[in-house]
Amino acid sequence: MHALEKLMANAAGVAKVSAGDRVWCKVDLALGIDLYRNIIDSFHEIGLEKMQHPERAGFIFGINAPAPTIRAAQNEKDMREFCKKHGAHIFDINSGVVYQHVIEQGYIFPGAVSVANDSHATICGALGAFGTGTGGYDTAAALGFGEMWFKVPEVIRVAIRGQLPKGVFAKDVVLKILRELKSDFAIYKAIEYTGETVAAMCLAERMVLCNMAVEMGAKTSYIQPDEKVHAFLRGRVKHDYTVYTTDPDYEYCAEYVFDVSALVPQVALPHNVDNGVDLTDVEPFAFNQGLVGTCTGGRLEDLAAAAAILKGRKVHPDVRMLVIPATYEIYSQAIARGYIQTFIDAGCVICNAGCGPCLGAHMGVLAEGEKCITASNRNFAGRMGHMNAELYLASPATVAASCVEGVLADPRKYL
Amino acid sequence: MAKILKGRVLVFGDNIDTDMIVPGRYLELSKPQEIAAVAMAGLDPDFPKKVQPGDIVVAGRNFGCGSSREHGIIAFTANGVQAIVARSFAKIYYRNAIVSGLMVLFSEEAHDIFASGQHCEIDLEAGTVTNTDTGRTARCDKLSAEDIAVWAAGGMVTEYKRKAQAINQRG
Repeated sequence: MHALEKLMANAAGVAKVSAGDRVWCKVDLALGIDLYRNIIDSFHEIGLEKMQHPERAGFIFGINAPAPTIRAAQNEKDMREFCKKHGAHIFDINSGVVYQHVIEQGYIFPGAVSVANDSHATICGALGAFGTGTGGYDTAAALGFGEMWFKVPEVIRVAIRGQLPKGVFAKDVVLKILRELKSDFAIYKAIEYTGETVAAMCLAERMVLCNMAVEMGAKTSYIQPDEKVHAFLRGRVKHDYTVYTTDPDYEYCAEYVFDVSALVPQVALPHNVDNGVDLTDVEPFAFNQGLVGTCTGGRLEDLAAAAAILKGRKVHPDVRMLVIPATYEIYSQAIARGYIQTFIDAGCVICNAGCGPCLGAHMGVLAEGEKCITASNRNFAGRMGHMNAELYLASPATVAASCVEGVLADPRKYL
Repeated sequence: MAKILKGRVLVFGDNIDTDMIVPGRYLELSKPQEIAAVAMAGLDPDFPKKVQPGDIVVAGRNFGCGSSREHGIIAFTANGVQAIVARSFAKIYYRNAIVSGLMVLFSEEAHDIFASGQHCEIDLEAGTVTNTDTGRTARCDKLSAEDIAVWAAGGMVTEYKRKAQAINQRG
């Protein structure tokens, strides 16, 4: 069995599962998010009267928060009341991006199963946990039942080899994989990342790979937990957990190998995540906004890369640069390390921890015809504002270098 | 129980993402009729005027990619769309549709034989989609009697309703 199958079998209370089996698994954390008031309606429509395991359920307010409209404020008010009534967790507006926050708080651990009305739940794989995004009905059901049914997925192995060149990051790797294998190559399947490059990556970089597994269509992702994971979780997870390993005879449904030793920074051009090119092949173009932040590019390591480039430099006067730490833990560390001061001195705007304008709901949305180079995860038309705005996905370092020059720029000369 | 679906076809391309179907700025809406009014606002803001109850969407690959928002389903169901036939569906979208009772069918070929405005007949048991204007037929998923029954009952959410009822009775 694959480690993911063992994990799911354990959560289902059975000895063995295989790809294609449909099983009800115990959910260690089910999360509604502040965008979706319909979850509460679905909960009532299903006929749920109470939550079976409110200690494993909650809402997080990190996306459309603080509330930008009266309607959003009402939604959030209703969600807080709902959680209080049922005794579920309220991760309020001082939390940040959904999974980054609950991971930091110790709710996700190797072997855990988690669902949220957040497609980037695939990030859980970086800790050796199963995470998948769910819609309103499924989220409501998971909140109420404390369990959820899943079809056990086949697993694709993506091996990454070679030492990443300076100025080239996990984001570039993931954009390269998307560029080669396209945005639907892993639909209904899980992606496991392996290889020496992944082993050498810090947890934050692994999270980028797992986070964007959903952009490849994947149901979930997996990286075999190692000492880096345990070290991160020490003091955060207060209980024992089981690390599952894949049997040597497990057969992957597909295997791909990427050698990244000669990789150059990547840029995904509008309007799809798999529309990647080498940055060096793109004619530098002027743009209006740069964004470093979100579940994909808002961790401390991302802010560090951007700050290293912006230190002693200024954001180009024709560009607005937004910096959004993913959570308050990261925000706090960024203050302690002087990054936030660097950003302010460079002329950046620092927003509250959370998703920022990534999904076009508030805080830095784009006007018609504007261009944004962003460390976030999706460049769909209309994602960050007007449907005729253009989004270019890149690493936080590429965003920062570009913001200095006012045109798309190669970060390697600054690092 | 309906095993044949007939309707006017609306054709879309590949990678119709959830930001096209319901852009993020509308996610604070939660009532079906509100969501119906902004359906496809990220691609064709006139869509709610064009769509008619009973329409069938025929699309390319990776339909519904992106977010987990159930608004992506409600945008069609609340406008009366009865089925979506696509080369492939994004994983979360497909599941949300099955749970919600929106008929979703895979067809590698259907996208090649339809233009918007033409009419189609889907035979769920035979697994065929026919363009009744041209007479051309494409293969699609063949559904079991059980699959059809789950869909006809309102989708897999009915299983959740039964489960909730059992828990409530147990107290």
